[in-house]
Amino acid sequence: MKVVISVAEPVLSVKDFTVEFWVDGVWYPAAIDMNFDVEAGKVTAIVGESGSGKSTTAMGLMSILASNARTHGSVKVKGEEMIGAPSSLLRKFRGKEVAYIFQEPMTALNPVYTIGFQIVETLRTHFDMGPKEARLRAVELLTMVEIPDPEKSFEKYPHQLSGGQRQRAMIAQALACDPALLVADEPTTALDVTFQAEILDLMRGLKSRLNSAILLITHAMGVVADMADDILVMKDGRVVESGSADAIFNHPTHPYTKELLAAVPKLGHSAKRTLDFGKSGKPAPVLTLSDVTIEYPKRGRIPAFTAVKNFNLEIFPGEIVGLVGESGSGKTTVGRAAIGLIPIKSGKLTIAGTDISRATQKDLSAIRRHTGIVFQDPASSLNPRLPIGESIGEPIYLAGLAKGAELNHLVEDLLDQVELPRSYRNRYPHELSGGQRQRVGIARALALTPDLLIADEPTSALDVSVQARFLELFQGLQEKLKFACLFISHDLAVVDILSHRVAVMQDGLLIEEGDRDAILKHPAMEYTRRLIEAVPVPDPAEQALRRAARLASKN
Amino acid sequence: MGIFKGKSVELTTTDAAENAISNKETEGLSQRQIVFKRFVRHRAAMISVFTLVFLTLFVYTALDFKFGPWKIHGWWKYRIEDIPELRTKDCAGGNVGCPTFSLRPKFLGGAGFGLGEHPFGQDDIGRDYFALVMKGAQRSIMVMFVVGIVGGTLGTIVGAISGFFRGTVDAVLMRFTDFIITIPSIIIGSVIGFHFGNLGATFLALYLGLFSWTGLSRLVRGEFLKLRELEFVDAARVAGASNRRIIFKHILPNAVGVIIVSVTLLMSGAILLETALSYIGFGVVAPDVSLGLLISQYQDSFTSRPYLFWYPGFFIIAIALSVNFIGDGLRDAFDPRQRRRLSLKDRRVARTELKGGE
Repeated sequence: MKVVISVAEPVLSVKDFTVEFWVDGVWYPAAIDMNFDVEAGKVTAIVGESGSGKSTTAMGLMSILASNARTHGSVKVKGEEMIGAPSSLLRKFRGKEVAYIFQEPMTALNPVYTIGFQIVETLRTHFDMGPKEARLRAVELLTMVEIPDPEKSFEKYPHQLSGGQRQRAMIAQALACDPALLVADEPTTALDVTFQAEILDLMRGLKSRLNSAILLITHAMGVVADMADDILVMKDGRVVESGSADAIFNHPTHPYTKELLAAVPKLGHSAKRTLDFGKSGKPAPVLTLSDVTIEYPKRGRIPAFTAVKNFNLEIFPGEIVGLVGESGSGKTTVGRAAIGLIPIKSGKLTIAGTDISRATQKDLSAIRRHTGIVFQDPASSLNPRLPIGESIGEPIYLAGLAKGAELNHLVEDLLDQVELPRSYRNRYPHELSGGQRQRVGIARALALTPDLLIADEPTSALDVSVQARFLELFQGLQEKLKFACLFISHDLAVVDILSHRVAVMQDGLLIEEGDRDAILKHPAMEYTRRLIEAVPVPDPAEQALRRAARLASKN
Repeated sequence: MGIFKGKSVELTTTDAAENAISNKETEGLSQRQIVFKRFVRHRAAMISVFTLVFLTLFVYTALDFKFGPWKIHGWWKYRIEDIPELRTKDCAGGNVGCPTFSLRPKFLGGAGFGLGEHPFGQDDIGRDYFALVMKGAQRSIMVMFVVGIVGGTLGTIVGAISGFFRGTVDAVLMRFTDFIITIPSIIIGSVIGFHFGNLGATFLALYLGLFSWTGLSRLVRGEFLKLRELEFVDAARVAGASNRRIIFKHILPNAVGVIIVSVTLLMSGAILLETALSYIGFGVVAPDVSLGLLISQYQDSFTSRPYLFWYPGFFIIAIALSVNFIGDGLRDAFDPRQRRRLSLKDRRVARTELKGGE
């Protein structure tokens, strides 16, 4: 008779666990009094916004923290105490019993070694294994994570794989030693929705097959709804609410949990948005792209790359057009070309009546009075050495519209518009939070009251609640100022809230374009349908149905 | 519009929570203030700043200082042109002109604390060695600053232009840079010294500066290649900024860390280069004085009168080290990844606190 291990004993048991950081002479707590258990075959999710201490907790479990951190309390993996354990024991447990999957597979895998080598290395560190044996096992692992052609992929370097495949390779590496606990720190945040859905399917399959416990760290409520059995909601280093997935999603008790759930944009739940052009009929479009092709020129031995082919799109005054597609589909390229940052190769591009396909530098500077752009990354889109007031005022100053006190006044007005305190004028970008910086980005884009605004994934770097407020502000401003907008995003739910019309891109081609409801509710193209199906919905029951539907349509 | 209406009232608090730790570290400080704060914390660099300032003042006020029609008298009694009588008494081993500088008290058989008539001794013809060393140190400091300014400016401009414009401009400028790098600086220096040495130390420094910008320009180019891809550069372009404005207003201030750091290192290198050149006879030539020249002139006396070696050597090392440490401190201060490490004491405090708490 086999000995059955008591099911009741959790794989991971955390008690009164606290992580603190030494910052400028003070111990600053990042995770306080954490108490939770993770059982084999279950997924426990830690949810929270950036800075809530969820990643710190995950890293702290195995003491993989910066040298200015200290931990106390108790962390037991399979009954063995990890806090204060000698480093030899920790090393034995890391990788073997507790494996980690990180957010960014490109940086978590070493670019100078093949993925096969990296998996073999993990195997041979923990087991007494010959190179051939390890190779066999590695290929087996790669097969398990469903990497196409595992034998060949074994020899590939990380940069030769797509984002989704890299994440699979990393999961294969993490699973190399059959860990009892898999810690997945934002495993899908850097991936497209379709890849995300696949990775989540994979993790779910592995969980039931290997009976591992999974600790899932994420800020995406949709992912949590898809995966988690139990949920901990963290805020400012503390667990504010914990319970089963059903309880958290359907009967949240803590106000913060409610807030968080309310802030998640839901696909197909927003009010109808129609654009009334009045009696005069459709006015002339602000932006016209007809048959536009954009090419990145040949550089050295790298051949020219056509990023966008035969693209046609019109945007009318006061209209928001959402441009969606997976990463690499050419959305951003279209956005940059539409503002004259990238030259087009052929076709015709007209902004506010001026053809800029063959524009000179002087024409472009005239165009720039009518256009603005909000960039994706609030951290790099503001000059770190300029106070934000100067950043906002620069377009006005360069257009020669105002100077000195008058300029200051205009800048203050703009800050009022984006609901930032006027005193922020003298602050530097690093003193602002991500959401505030993105507001500064909008203020700068709107400084010259443009006819056309390009918004290039402005919310993708923001937390859900910050994103919710940002979108609200954005909508308000658009309704007041009536600018036309090309809103580029990979998040269909966000596009759903904002846009009047939606355009879908795949591999540089515009494959579908039309009214928002037409596209998002009744897509004509298979690709669009897949994109919509892959969006996780923050509701476990509905998500289970959607998953079933997606898998059915896949097979 | 608002599907969020009424639900987002409480959300204001999350802004504060967002990355509270990093907010705490950077509360209300401009980038410049942060850098300054970090620099002040660097002990070796702070000591070096004071040493360098003190040395510069000390050295320049020691001798007569001429500036156009004005002349300021130095506090030291001899000038380099003076030839006082050679001191013959009290010197060990039958030497002449030995230093009178003494730290050994009288009861131990010494001459007591005091500088004496010629604290650093005298040279072969009796000139006061202290005055000569002061003059040499003045030359070294001047060469250092001139090379720093000329090389720094050239390197920054060349690097900025090739990094920003890329393409052909970059290729041409960088091949030119490579060409200059391939010629050893000591040979360039010798040729310059040979042809222009008699035009004076300032001229020599100017020419050295013209050939010492290469390393800096490569670093600045790299920095520009990186920075020009950032979105704030695109944002500036969309705002209508010209190339010149983008280079000088937007990118250059962000590259200033790299520039300052490598200029300081360039400066300490310049001192050593000038010394080396003077030593092999192609730098500053007599009757002018430089530290390297002093060392080279008296290299034969190393065994019999080592002090003729020590004093110029001490000044070379002191100046070069201070500048190097300042450069080190600046590099650490400008590096945003550099976090203050926990000292051993802090760790111990933490550990006892932890024990007490449990």
